[in-house]
Amino acid sequence: MGRAVLRVVEAGPHCSVQDGGRTGLMRFGVPASGAMDRVALALANRALGNPTGAAAIEVSLGGLALEVEAGSISVAVAGGGFVVEAGGARLGSWSIVTLREGDRLEIRRGPWGAWCCLAFAGVLVADPWLGSVATHALSGLGGGAVKVGRRLVVEAARVVPEAAIACPVWARPRATEVALVIGPQQRFFGPDRIEALLEARFHLTDAYDRMGVRLRGPPLAPEGALGIPSEPVLRGSVQVAGDGGATVLMADHQTTGGYPKIATLVGSELDGFAQLRPHAPVAFRAVTPEQAVAMVRVRAAALGRLLG
Amino acid sequence: MGFPRLTPIADRAVLVDFGDKVTDATHDAVLALDRMLGVAPVAGQVEVVPAMVNLLVVFDPLSTNHAAVAAEVEEKLAALRPNPMDGAEREVLVCYEGDFGRDLAAVAEAAAISAEAVIAAHLAGDYRVFMYGFAPGYAYLTGVPEEIHLPRKAAPVRGVAAGSVIIAGGQCLVTTLTMPTGWWVIGRSPTPILTGSMERPFLFDVGDKVRFRRVGLDQFASAGPV
Repeated sequence: MGRAVLRVVEAGPHCSVQDGGRTGLMRFGVPASGAMDRVALALANRALGNPTGAAAIEVSLGGLALEVEAGSISVAVAGGGFVVEAGGARLGSWSIVTLREGDRLEIRRGPWGAWCCLAFAGVLVADPWLGSVATHALSGLGGGAVKVGRRLVVEAARVVPEAAIACPVWARPRATEVALVIGPQQRFFGPDRIEALLEARFHLTDAYDRMGVRLRGPPLAPEGALGIPSEPVLRGSVQVAGDGGATVLMADHQTTGGYPKIATLVGSELDGFAQLRPHAPVAFRAVTPEQAVAMVRVRAAALGRLLG
Repeated sequence: MGFPRLTPIADRAVLVDFGDKVTDATHDAVLALDRMLGVAPVAGQVEVVPAMVNLLVVFDPLSTNHAAVAAEVEEKLAALRPNPMDGAEREVLVCYEGDFGRDLAAVAEAAAISAEAVIAAHLAGDYRVFMYGFAPGYAYLTGVPEEIHLPRKAAPVRGVAAGSVIIAGGQCLVTTLTMPTGWWVIGRSPTPILTGSMERPFLFDVGDKVRFRRVGLDQFASAGPV
């Protein structure tokens, strides 16, 4: 046990400190934030014996490289299929590696996935805001962006046995069948628009960050919905702008919006959806609210079994 | 369709609409239900998000479902007693001097009154916290006097400082982040909306009444953490 210090030597955009998020503050304009793939965060932390929502570094497709300045520490990488290189060994996401002073850890985009979580055996020191270190990208509040030159300090650093972490099949994105519930503003969309949402193939675009991802596909323009009063939105809301373009709201979403929402992704689909990359194809299928609740419960039970 | 209208959302929320148009009556109803749910949450309630004409009840789908939440909300709606007088009073300091009020002249010109008259009108407004949105601590205040109602600028201006007092239409906002905005910048406030306190992290609750009090540059410097 001791302190480990790691220096950031390379960092792509959107790398940040995240945890399980801060819920309950949307009424003050604050979304939950937290890891884009919360399953990956939980599994990375649990593999090291940490609480599932403990602070970690979320790594984007831009990748991350760290050098250990002091101490010895085990780290876990989960989420997507990133390439993980440490001490001459080449591994992938879903593994634990132990780093010693002078070692370099490199995480790069691999065959699949858009985000991974780098968790530390110990306590990552980061500034909390309202009880969470999750970084809210727009404001920078929370633990903050992870940029070149930043020193990451981990207290109570431990070394644990190196091992593979089981990657559940459902942690992989399923581009062909992301489940959503139509609404709540479906009244602004004709039957042809709903049909287009469910029948057409969409693609994610490069307009993708922690706030949301814009989709490319057939226009879904609402009828007469310009200037509806600003309404609460959720992570997973599919809002449609006046030009018919759809955006799926993600972890750092604005808490209200004046665009009508044609549909909302089922909660258990959000983590897998977040692993789709820009330009990836995606299609949607509608389920009822009752089916959505059942899906979330099945997923929670499956995750519960993995977490032990 | 009749109001109030309850709409299930995804696996985890019910949206309660009180109308299609923003009126005092619909917003008073939003606030009244918000207060009831704050005092006596429904089973499995995670959070409640009040907005202009509706309110979102977010629940934990592992412990309840839409039908159970909707039934409990319906019971509360039956006992709903909107009271426009509710809400605490908050004071926000504002300095209109120099660059802090960089758009005062433009607002004055558009309203065909003097800059001092714009300030007087702004200070005379009875403001209420309508809702939070956009970003942490962005509290939308209604109650800007009609004589200084202006549409947004054609294009947003970059880098408007945190703490700016901005207006557009009938709404006023004290910003918490340095951001682009298409609203009119009429002053700067030293009063922190993000208070930094754990017990009361945000200055306002939705429904609070707000009065602005004018300060000069010297008082601005001594009042604020900015």
